[in-house]
Amino acid sequence: MIPSREQKLWMYEKMVISRRFEEAIAAIYFEGKKPVFNMANGPIPGEMHLSDGQEPCAVGVCAHLQPYDIVTATHRPHHQAIAKGVDLKRMAAEIFGKATGLSGGRGGHMHLFDSAVNFACSGIIAQGMGPAVGAALSRKMQGKPGVAIAYIGEGAANQGAFHESLNLAAVWKLPVVFIIEDNAWGISVAKAASTAVPENHVRAAAYGMPGHLVRDNDPYAIFAIAGEAIAAARNCGGPSLIEIETMRLAGHFMGDAEGYRPKGEKDGLSARDPIPRLRARLLADGDADEAALDQIETTAQSEVDDAIAYARNSPDPDPADALTSVFV
Amino acid sequence: MADSTPIRKNERKLTIARAMAEAVAQEMRIDPKVFVMGEDIGELGGVYGNTRGLLAEFGAERVRDTPISETAFIGAAVGAAQDGMRPVVELMFVDFFGVCFDAIYNLMAKNIYFSGGTFKVPMVLMTSTGGGYSDGGQHSQCVYGTFAHLPGMKVVAPSNAYDAKGLMAAAIRDDNPVVFMYHKALQGMGWLGTEPAATVHVPEESYTIEIGSAAVIRSGRDLTIVSLGIGVHHALKAAQRLSERGIEAEVVDIRSLVPLDRATICASVAKTGRLIVVDEDYHSYGVTGEIIATVVEHDLSVLKAPPVRIAFPDVPIPFARVMEQFCLPNPDKIVTAAETMLGRDVAVTNA
Repeated sequence: MIPSREQKLWMYEKMVISRRFEEAIAAIYFEGKKPVFNMANGPIPGEMHLSDGQEPCAVGVCAHLQPYDIVTATHRPHHQAIAKGVDLKRMAAEIFGKATGLSGGRGGHMHLFDSAVNFACSGIIAQGMGPAVGAALSRKMQGKPGVAIAYIGEGAANQGAFHESLNLAAVWKLPVVFIIEDNAWGISVAKAASTAVPENHVRAAAYGMPGHLVRDNDPYAIFAIAGEAIAAARNCGGPSLIEIETMRLAGHFMGDAEGYRPKGEKDGLSARDPIPRLRARLLADGDADEAALDQIETTAQSEVDDAIAYARNSPDPDPADALTSVFV
Repeated sequence: MADSTPIRKNERKLTIARAMAEAVAQEMRIDPKVFVMGEDIGELGGVYGNTRGLLAEFGAERVRDTPISETAFIGAAVGAAQDGMRPVVELMFVDFFGVCFDAIYNLMAKNIYFSGGTFKVPMVLMTSTGGGYSDGGQHSQCVYGTFAHLPGMKVVAPSNAYDAKGLMAAAIRDDNPVVFMYHKALQGMGWLGTEPAATVHVPEESYTIEIGSAAVIRSGRDLTIVSLGIGVHHALKAAQRLSERGIEAEVVDIRSLVPLDRATICASVAKTGRLIVVDEDYHSYGVTGEIIATVVEHDLSVLKAPPVRIAFPDVPIPFARVMEQFCLPNPDKIVTAAETMLGRDVAVTNA
């Protein structure tokens, strides 16, 4: 499956929005946290997990999705949310903990929920997988269209929920596609030190479902494999597992000194940053000229600026609203 | 506050197990989004009989035996509920929550809040509690307080079949997650040894009992015994014996831990001035402490004596029958506590 020119440009646009958004978040995150780093300070307190480098995994999959399709995301959800079409302004406001946020500040950056596009998160490793299986079961039982995508990192493939969920999805032949974003690091522990097999896609065979590997963080290759897996799921072909070799350009969280990473590793990764690579490829293939890509980048920056301004200018929640929305 | 239905002759009686299955079946008939899943809930009808007959009527699409994968299928229930279905899921023994609690307390109980109320999680997690039949320390616990402590889930624990049916119907219709905790010794399963008083008249027609309403099931002037599940039956037996000695105990069945009907409890203690709380869950940091705190915070001046709690000691549940029975609440312990609490007063009153 090959992306159309429009799909390629859509992927580039969403990747750029995601990156610009995270750059803005990263800059603001350190406001109030220098010279002494205290996670509780600044306009964006708490942990912050950025997805720089992992944008192809979001766009290559979500290019095939409709608003009614379901995505369950992880503690590192911004790129996935943007590709799925989560409202950027309300998402930014949620990350700032503002009253106008997706959940009025109750969730924060690891708990982004947008019912309009069926997007949910869990900050606990692999725990979005069960809900994705259940959403797929719901669609199958109701005869309604929709596939569920469960995003996880490679560390999640060693969690019980991973194995239980793959088995349950396969035994009930549900329309769900599991996506492993392999950024090679589970916080500070390298994949090779934690995982008994060199590649996780082989684990699909244990559950009788297709397993695919996409190397080199290639958005077009992700698009191709995900397109086939999602089409199969839509056509009652059951679940599948896709492992994507991606890269974590940032630390596990903001403030991570990353002393565990081998010297030079990040320089090598930066040289393969997927955004400049895709830009060069679009130009080389004649899909867009410099002016068109500049325009996409300008528009992306302005969309991000608007979202950040909206978040900054939004009021804090009424503290007592913390006591509401426990039940509906 | 609601009184339990009096039992009349020639009226149909059901066990809690049958009452639960009947409520689920009636909801499944009127709402195609209701379905059941869990371990051994299909052909077997549930280890405790509470899904008996459902597979035959509704088929395997809506009555789903699952693999032994509680993390996956309870997580799946959350996802299905968020997507508009109304799953009724069984966790066979509450003791098993250790393998799947993230799906329960981090997903089921929090996603409404995390979404600012834009996601609903209309699911029922039904699970068996309790010991007394020497099943050892991983198959006999109640852990009511553990579930009730964590915000975001309603928690009910019926003591009889009438309440079980009405609470189950209410739980299925609720847009919030409800944990339905049924005590094994009340299920009407002969092989477990069953409390006959839990098997009561149950109307055939569908009805609901409001989640969060306690029931005063025996009226009395001298002390209040608050309990839930099987503890209610211990309390009733103790109250009968106390009555023969001139002590009139009021018995409050809380029925629902979350929300807790604090007003009914406080009103009863305001009348009697004395409080004993009976719970098969562990002693410390639990239901008994919460109920006593509720009363004390509300109005300390009504108390004529320090409240007493009768609960399971803070030890894992032992296997040996004499050891387990030593630890469990029972009518004798309640009678002794009541007599200690007001024996002298009553002797004076009745002199």
